[in-house]
Amino acid sequence: MAYSDKVLDHYSNPRNVGSLDKNSTEVGTGLVGAPECGDVMKLQIKVNPATNIIEDAKFKTFGCGSAIASSSLATEWVKGKTVDEALTIRNTDIVKELSLPPVKIHCSVLAEDAIRAAIGDWKKKNGQHSQPQPQAQPVEQRA
Amino acid sequence: MSTNVISGNGNNDVKLPIYMDNHATTRTDPRVVEEMLPYFTEKFGNAASRNHEFGWVAEQAVEQARERIAKLIGATSKEIIFTSGATESNNLAIKGVAEMYKEKGNHIITQAIEHKAVLDTCKRLEKYGFRVTYLPVQKDGRIDLDDLKRAMDEKTILVTIMTANNEIGALQPIREIGALCHERGVLFHTDAVQAIGKVPFNVIQDNVDLASLTAHKLYGPKGVGGLYVRRKNPRVQLVAQIDGGGHERGMRSGTLNVPGIVGFGKACALASEGMAEEAVKLAALRDRLKDAIMGQLDEVYINGSVEHRLPGNLNISFAYVEGESLLMGINDIAVSSGSACTSATLEPSYVLKALGAGDDLAHSSIRFGIGRFNTQAEVDYVAERVIDTVKRLRELSPLYEMAKEGIDLTKVQWAAEPTH
Repeated sequence: MAYSDKVLDHYSNPRNVGSLDKNSTEVGTGLVGAPECGDVMKLQIKVNPATNIIEDAKFKTFGCGSAIASSSLATEWVKGKTVDEALTIRNTDIVKELSLPPVKIHCSVLAEDAIRAAIGDWKKKNGQHSQPQPQAQPVEQRA
Repeated sequence: MSTNVISGNGNNDVKLPIYMDNHATTRTDPRVVEEMLPYFTEKFGNAASRNHEFGWVAEQAVEQARERIAKLIGATSKEIIFTSGATESNNLAIKGVAEMYKEKGNHIITQAIEHKAVLDTCKRLEKYGFRVTYLPVQKDGRIDLDDLKRAMDEKTILVTIMTANNEIGALQPIREIGALCHERGVLFHTDAVQAIGKVPFNVIQDNVDLASLTAHKLYGPKGVGGLYVRRKNPRVQLVAQIDGGGHERGMRSGTLNVPGIVGFGKACALASEGMAEEAVKLAALRDRLKDAIMGQLDEVYINGSVEHRLPGNLNISFAYVEGESLLMGINDIAVSSGSACTSATLEPSYVLKALGAGDDLAHSSIRFGIGRFNTQAEVDYVAERVIDTVKRLRELSPLYEMAKEGIDLTKVQWAAEPTH
């Protein structure tokens, strides 16, 4: 399969790889996907409590090149946006930007899910109501 | 395709891209091509033309090839039927036996990690009223002979089990399977395409009644294959699946691919001469690759039997790294992955799933197929690239991070709906 130049660029030079302190109240963590499906994304945001602006974003992804590129792009896009603005990012925007073929659309869906899950986690920590997002949880932490 | 010459680990240069996918196909040996060429031009006759020189020359060449192929597998030349390749051979063997022996019984036994050419042929026969048992494989990719014994009944007419698996290189205990079949008066067919010319294979000693063969897996041309059909003890009969001019003793009509057959014969002659030596070389290269990778990376797992394995095969799962992304990182090396993302069906490898290793390890697998034209410098280069890329992708992997934090990934409740 031929990858678009943008996918190749994000794969070779992924932006914002890393982790933020998941215990900080300013940090929201989204962990979506499943290993047996072949992709897992972790996307984290750090939100300024005064402005609701996402000041930093980090990701780690287990998945194909398109999954890595989708999550790398998502971190670029959410940075500098307010939480509400970030919620307007749609997977179709990611598909268009990266020229993803139909078989890779699920990668963009997962990236959108990751953004929503991260924001949902941040809202929960900060006592805000939000639509519950599907989110992976280590069982030990649930108990 | 553009090629670059770069310096490998040693003093030897390697030429990129490197081909290390020799279970998919092999480069045609230049000695094979050379022998084929006249049969496209001055010796272009139809081997079925009985009344002129052109036909006689072609027929003679076909008969020489038949003898060379028969010799490699311990058969006689009259027991070799030419086909277009192993998919056709598998279809002819299984459907041809099913149709011929349907009065005797309607039960066929095969196993979970056969090639689709066998599995889908069996599935079609199920629609026509045949009963098929798909034996499971053990963790090492081999069937349990007791399972086979238990599966056999008075209606069993055919057992079809491959000699060597195309993904994990596991060698089935075919000699024991064949013996069991002969005790019970059941025919034994084996898809031997990956094994021929790589490991010793002898239809008499291995108790084989039908064997599917193909040229392009042993440095011959694509589009030509063969089926060994035993002539005595027992004499195997088939119902032809392609009707026409009655070529190949009525078992497979169609004008013979003379240049292809000549190439197939030459490839088998080369294998007869050099196989023992080549197997030692390939196993040494394979072990060098394995040792380099396993020496530098933790949590890598070999899929399939280490002991009963094709010499050039290495199939490894790199935990926490997805296969397609790994292929992308080593894009100057041609290998395969069991990852869903690399398959047309978007399902991870059914072969690896059948080993019971878990879908996550199937997604993380790479198959290296080392062949005649690979060098030590190439192996060293491949090892280096794989190690670097896996390390880089693990830094990117949330699973690796979680595992290092001591989280048991099997106990995590993953949120996603399966996306494929």
